[in-house]
Amino acid sequence: MDYSQFLAMKQEIGLLVVFLLVFLYDTFMPRRSQGGLSVFTIILFAVFTVWGFMPCMGSCADSAFAGMYVTSPVMMAIKGILNVGVLIVLIQANKWANSEIQIMRRGEFYELLLVTLFGMYLMISARHFLLFVIGLEAASLPLAAMVAFDKNHYESHEAAVKYILTAVFSSAIFMMGLSFVYGLTGSLYFSTIASVVALEETSAMLIVALAFVVAGVGFKLSLVPFHLWTADVYQGAPTSVTSYLSVISKGAAAFAFLVILTQVFGAVYSDIWEWMLYALVILTITVGNLFALRQTNMKRFLAFSSISQAGYIMLGVVACNAMGMASLMYYILVYVFSNLAAFGVIQAIENKTGKVGMADYNGLHKTNPWLSFTMMLAMFSLAGIPPFAGFFSKFFIFTGAIAQGSIAIYVLVLIALINTIVSLFYYLLVVKAMYINPEQPVVGAFRSACSERIGMWICVAGIIGLGIVSCFYDHLLELSGTFGLF
Amino acid sequence: MEITLLYYLIPSLIMFCCGVYGFLTRKNMIAILISLELMLNAVDINFVVFNRFLFPGQMEGMFFTLFAIAIAAAETALAIAIIINVFRAVKGIDVRDLTKMKF
Repeated sequence: MDYSQFLAMKQEIGLLVVFLLVFLYDTFMPRRSQGGLSVFTIILFAVFTVWGFMPCMGSCADSAFAGMYVTSPVMMAIKGILNVGVLIVLIQANKWANSEIQIMRRGEFYELLLVTLFGMYLMISARHFLLFVIGLEAASLPLAAMVAFDKNHYESHEAAVKYILTAVFSSAIFMMGLSFVYGLTGSLYFSTIASVVALEETSAMLIVALAFVVAGVGFKLSLVPFHLWTADVYQGAPTSVTSYLSVISKGAAAFAFLVILTQVFGAVYSDIWEWMLYALVILTITVGNLFALRQTNMKRFLAFSSISQAGYIMLGVVACNAMGMASLMYYILVYVFSNLAAFGVIQAIENKTGKVGMADYNGLHKTNPWLSFTMMLAMFSLAGIPPFAGFFSKFFIFTGAIAQGSIAIYVLVLIALINTIVSLFYYLLVVKAMYINPEQPVVGAFRSACSERIGMWICVAGIIGLGIVSCFYDHLLELSGTFGLF
Repeated sequence: MEITLLYYLIPSLIMFCCGVYGFLTRKNMIAILISLELMLNAVDINFVVFNRFLFPGQMEGMFFTLFAIAIAAAETALAIAIIINVFRAVKGIDVRDLTKMKF
């Protein structure tokens, strides 16, 4: 065996090194230097993130293990985006991880988080379903342990049970779909399956298999018929884990979904899955928005908002062209900043006062002007109001979808546009509570922890910066053009 | 009588459907977990049978099954650990007790 092919997995190996160093520090360092674990992890991961953005030497595109694993500039880019998100999550979780209850077990939190990220890397880079399933499971099983992390809160356990049972159920359905695909084509390589699918006539077995696969990945993305776990898990999990679940896990799953559908089942696009996705997108955006309207808990509210955002992300997959792919990645990047800014504020208030209700945000701007300002920016960006990044990500994703050109997609984009207006209403409810509601402020004035402020500053810089300098999209479009999928 | 592909696929399909039915109707969390295990095992049978009857020249399905068994074991271990946590909190493993968070 040629061991040099491991070198193709530069980013995975880098992440593994980070994981091992954190693990060794946590296990073997003397008690008096244990206090530095959080800072050590954050700095190490920051170095790793920057290293991931370095231009690679020679050719970036490479494959290993007889083509089971591939890497290319596009994948480097999406992994870099995920890294930035994880870095912000780590910084924002610092206060919570060092609280009195969690400090004994914070090492496990960091390790589980890094292992989960490793699984997502494999999902993105896999070109063989065995590797993909391993990545999918490595990305969803440790998450269940992380959801159950808050031992003293009953909600955390309830959320974890709901998550693990539905996750296993969906992965069983996903693997059943894979077994049909295997029976049909005799291979689990993406490329081999694609060539057999392109040659044969569309059979009922393929449709069933594809429906099962879509259901399995749709669960991770919380698309609507498979979304029922989302709100409960987001509400019950510790807020740091919720922010990780809603942003990183969703971003990785969306990209992997795009790769599977285009690379493996690209030949049956207009026959089968185009219409499946139309239904999914319309349901996801509409149901997510309608349920978000009636939420009073901030975490549940953001759960439904993230469901409808997943619907917008799926527009990039429906488009099935290079523009769709670039706008999908750009959307994930913007979503990372906007959603993490919102979760940063929620977390800062929860750490200080334990309050997460929307009514607790009444009159927040009188006591905490900066927190409410950050929250307002996040809401504006999520709703897609022009000067901020969220507008451009929505703009690009609609443009990418329309470039596909059929009449049906115009209708789809129109429905998505109407839904944007509905979503504006409930995002502005939060802003109204903070700035306009005349009631006395519930949360007193406080100074949030240094780490939380750093996290929020990064997010605000991202929201405003990406709104002004959206030329990053051109770079992504160029990369997607070289991907060789479309 | 010759044993063909169908003789394996029908039991595996029945297993899968029993698993789905059990997952949806059972109230005891351990019973739900057993139903999930049934579904995962049905997948394993499918892979092995397809490999053995349709593509005897290769081992891909067998290897997938090996990994799937390991993954199923990991899932069960984790789920049981979480169920024990819930048992400590509510003194029971009936899913009808888990109703604190609802929409």
